[in-house]
Amino acid sequence: MACIEARDLRKAFGATVALGGVNLSVGEGRILGLIGPNGAGKSTALQAILGLTSYQGELKVLGRDPWTARDALMAEVCFIADVAVLPRWMKVWQALDYMAGVHRRFDRQAAEGFLAKTAVKRTSRVRELSKGMVTQLHLALVMAVDAKLLVLDEPTLGLDLLFRKQFYDTLLNDYFDHSRTIVVTTHQVEEIQHILTDVVFLNRGRVVLDGSMGDVEARFREVLVGPDAVATARALNPIHERRMFDRNIFIFDGTPRDRLAALGEVRTPSLADLFVAMMNDATPRGRETAT
Amino acid sequence: MTRDTTVTAARAVARSFYWSVRRELWEHRAITIAPTGIAALAVVGFLLGAGRLTNVVRALAKPAGAGGGEALMNPYAFVGVAVIATGVFVALFYAVGALYGERRDRSLLFWKSLPVSDLTTVLAKAAIPIVVVPALTFVLLVVADVMMLGIATVAVVAAGLDPRLLWAHMSPGFMWLVMAYGLPYVALSYAPIYAWLILVSAWARRGPFLWALGVPLAICLVERLALGTSHFGSMLIGAFTDGIGEAFSVNGAGEAPIHSVADIDLFRLAANPHLWIGLVVGAAFLGAAVRLRRSAEPI
Repeated sequence: MACIEARDLRKAFGATVALGGVNLSVGEGRILGLIGPNGAGKSTALQAILGLTSYQGELKVLGRDPWTARDALMAEVCFIADVAVLPRWMKVWQALDYMAGVHRRFDRQAAEGFLAKTAVKRTSRVRELSKGMVTQLHLALVMAVDAKLLVLDEPTLGLDLLFRKQFYDTLLNDYFDHSRTIVVTTHQVEEIQHILTDVVFLNRGRVVLDGSMGDVEARFREVLVGPDAVATARALNPIHERRMFDRNIFIFDGTPRDRLAALGEVRTPSLADLFVAMMNDATPRGRETAT
Repeated sequence: MTRDTTVTAARAVARSFYWSVRRELWEHRAITIAPTGIAALAVVGFLLGAGRLTNVVRALAKPAGAGGGEALMNPYAFVGVAVIATGVFVALFYAVGALYGERRDRSLLFWKSLPVSDLTTVLAKAAIPIVVVPALTFVLLVVADVMMLGIATVAVVAAGLDPRLLWAHMSPGFMWLVMAYGLPYVALSYAPIYAWLILVSAWARRGPFLWALGVPLAICLVERLALGTSHFGSMLIGAFTDGIGEAFSVNGAGEAPIHSVADIDLFRLAANPHLWIGLVVGAAFLGAAVRLRRSAEPI
């Protein structure tokens, strides 16, 4: 069974279309990066998945309808938005007590173990902690839950580089295994690129790219082209072109490597560069979502 | 569902309700601190006035048997009114922010990321003014009364007087019985008020306090201008005062305070249609608050 299965998911706020018919299928054990510019509908999609907002179309998360079964779903789903959501008045021990009280899949000792590796004290209030420490606390609470799906919406917003790196390292080393699924949105694409198994680009409420990292790496190529070969490169229908120093960098979709090798050095584009290429493109190029 | 899974599910709901109530008390410490502080102040005041008390008892000891024994009960009534009023006050303030604060500070997203239903959350929040505050009020009054009776007895004995002179005028058991009888009724009669405030707190995007007062006042105004009557206004005043009158006065007439066990009549209270109408209205308000909370977003 797919962990998340969305078919023609739609949501509009008045005249503004947040989701314009999104199809999505996320299997168990995947780490999906949901990437898009501001206003692309990422947060709306996540809120629909978490049962925080209503929607049209079909959506099943762990076999349930999130809008009508949010509380049952949350027994198996964890969610970190940005750091502001932990109640500021709460003390660390209260958060532990409360989680242990309401969440039958919460392992208190595991949470205390994670916290022991940080500087977060049990008697501190959330408002007394630094932003990085609040995230560490939230992550400790969430990792101690034996959840099937973890949803991260800009989890490292406003954190410094060290905390961001540690956040994802902890998540991968101490939490992730192949029975769990993680969906993450962030603007810091380059930081999560190496941990993703799958990627979805959203633009203006639509999926413009959906595939495994392997597929994406096999499909797109970046070529550094010297001035003499630029015309030849343009003739091969690149999806994007940018200039850097004296060379032009082209991104190609599906063009065979041997045809490109003659033009210059062929590389795999970074997700960030691919993202820029596809968002600049006026017509959505994504193939239909495989469901 | 088999019986076992039903029991497990019921236990899980009870657990999340219990922890939801506890977390409200963690966040809103005024609910416990304010009435406790007022009760403690009253006991301290009573202690400081112990000298006056012995004078009253000394007067009672005179062979002439001067009156004034009834005055010995006044401090207990005063503590009762002070603690009950404080409880109602903090409960009203709590209710008007109940579902507003979590949207305001964005913690809503954290609460909603946990397996606690909107119904459980709203009921836990409604239980604070309707159940927790009255229960706390009762416990505080019993403790305060016991301490005051102890202080009075020690003061009387220390002044070389017979404590039976004092105790002849004391009836703590009856006092507590009246509280146990009247407090739940008053709490239930206030339930629609609390439920209204919780509903407003779920719905107002700003200034829930102004909406909570403004909407009823606007209805009063429109009724007055359109029909020349003020039924809605008198109903509102009744919502605040009728419950107290029903519970604590003889036959609910609002004239004499109840003074004997014979005045206690649970059937009369339970048969009051106003109570039931109020509860139905309150339940409707809470139901609407549950619906609103389902689609609530940080503001």
